[in-house]
Amino acid sequence: MIISVLSGKGGTGKTLISVNLAAVLDNVQYLDCDVEEPNGFIFLKPQLRGKEAVKVKNPIVDIEKCLACGQCVKACQFNSLALVKEKVIIFSKLCHSCGACLLVCPAQAITEIDREIGFVEEGTMGDLACYQGKLQVGEPMAIPIIKQLKTKINGQRNVILDCPPGSSCSVVNSIEGSDYCILVTEPTPFGFHDLQIAVSLVRKMGIPFGVIINKNQLGSNIILNYCQKEEIQILGAIPFSKEIARIYSEGKLLANHGHYWNRYFRDLAHQVGEVIGHETVSCN
Amino acid sequence: MKQLAVISGKGGTGKTTVVSCFAYLADNTVMADCDVDAPNLHLALDSEVKQEKEFSGAKVAFVDKEKCNLCGKCKEVCRFQAIGDLIINNLRYLGVTNLKCEGCGACVYICPTQAIELMEEVTGKTFNSHTPQGKFSHALLDIGAEGSGKLVTEVRKNALALKDEEELMIIDGSPGIGCSVIASITGCNGVLAICEPTQSGLHDLERVIELAQHFSIPVFLAVNKYDLNEEITKQIESFAVKNDIRILGRIPFDPLVVKALQNGKPLVSYDDSPAAMIIKDMWRKIKMIMKEEEK
Repeated sequence: MIISVLSGKGGTGKTLISVNLAAVLDNVQYLDCDVEEPNGFIFLKPQLRGKEAVKVKNPIVDIEKCLACGQCVKACQFNSLALVKEKVIIFSKLCHSCGACLLVCPAQAITEIDREIGFVEEGTMGDLACYQGKLQVGEPMAIPIIKQLKTKINGQRNVILDCPPGSSCSVVNSIEGSDYCILVTEPTPFGFHDLQIAVSLVRKMGIPFGVIINKNQLGSNIILNYCQKEEIQILGAIPFSKEIARIYSEGKLLANHGHYWNRYFRDLAHQVGEVIGHETVSCN
Repeated sequence: MKQLAVISGKGGTGKTTVVSCFAYLADNTVMADCDVDAPNLHLALDSEVKQEKEFSGAKVAFVDKEKCNLCGKCKEVCRFQAIGDLIINNLRYLGVTNLKCEGCGACVYICPTQAIELMEEVTGKTFNSHTPQGKFSHALLDIGAEGSGKLVTEVRKNALALKDEEELMIIDGSPGIGCSVIASITGCNGVLAICEPTQSGLHDLERVIELAQHFSIPVFLAVNKYDLNEEITKQIESFAVKNDIRILGRIPFDPLVVKALQNGKPLVSYDDSPAAMIIKDMWRKIKMIMKEEEK
């Protein structure tokens, strides 16, 4: 079973929920899909086992063969090719690796080379398998890293996907294929606004979901009222607390801090399992 | 300084709170909300939309069923698995999954019957708004759409058109370091990084600063909710000093931040807000830096 944790707004507690769920569940893979700013490993501190480069294909032009006809430049929808003084120049960071320039070149002057844009890394913490993708600083495209990261998914296991913030293509690519989504929000006007965006996204993709209210404070019912009206299941609430903020700030797992929080995340995992009627969700 | 971008790496560190305060404190500014897939600045400003426009930031392939001979060459060349079989009334067609299509046009080129064309796809909306605090350019990306970087560029273009020569543009950036952040900061004269004192915040700050320095943009720093972990605040500040980053302030945790937002009031209107006090001081420093630059 694949569970994605997303939020719309950044900093609402996606990683807090993801890593603590991963820590209490049995037979789990944790994947940090926030490849621009991955933080899960800070909390899980896995023993690193391996690392592989993520490469994309970029065109190179054989100037001996090139006719300087400009067909490739015209075909490229991403402005990653330009013809300057009868020479094709390539802006590789704009390239989507679609191969259109290769197809249109009448002189077969274009071939492709691999370019590294980041890596996927794996490690273990006990029997928990951890994976993260990391985009190189200065590279714009996160999607190829998310795609390679997701090849690590083992369908036989419980999988927790810690997603990037927002609602754009990197979130779509992360949550695609998930059995269930956990939407983490906070009871502020910002949190509420972005929760509605996240709800539209998971509804559009047809993935069942529930909401966790983080940094919850008595008296602010903005999320509660919305979820009741929209008939969205609330999976749980985590109170606003400076103690939790401090444990989080030090990069520690809340589930390891006392019986209460350990129980809390076990119950949460159990509830998610019940909601989607999956028996394989069991706690260790 | 003509364009200042406020970014953070990690989400939820207080970018929008700080930008909205600056908006209230400044006289001549244009605001641009470049967090187009989760925009919030309009919620913190008393804004009224004056102009709304659809934005086409991507193309998608469209297969004309009449012309298609089902040869499948398009499926072969598509590297995004965006073309697949559709069965409608027991008949097989080739169709495009819009969410997967990147609009590269490889299929258009290969199709022997010219059955495929690229169509402009609306990927969001842009808004020009008025606020009592000044002009405001913002946008909303369609749910799950491509091309957030392009929409960010459009928001900045619109803001530039609203901006007088001597005015400052303040950009509310998005979390991360990818295409939308790159589109938000390129060409800026300065970047203000807002960091929270957590291990995650520090890790993400290091990456976002590396990004700004990669584009040779001067970086300023503020630590928000610094008192939640003063030990890590010190680590962040010593990292800043090592990297030639000027620290503009330490903003304390302040429950009034959320309260002001819930009450629809600007934080800087609360005289007893400790956070507002520091943000006012940060703004004073930014104005001084701008004056120094003019000389």
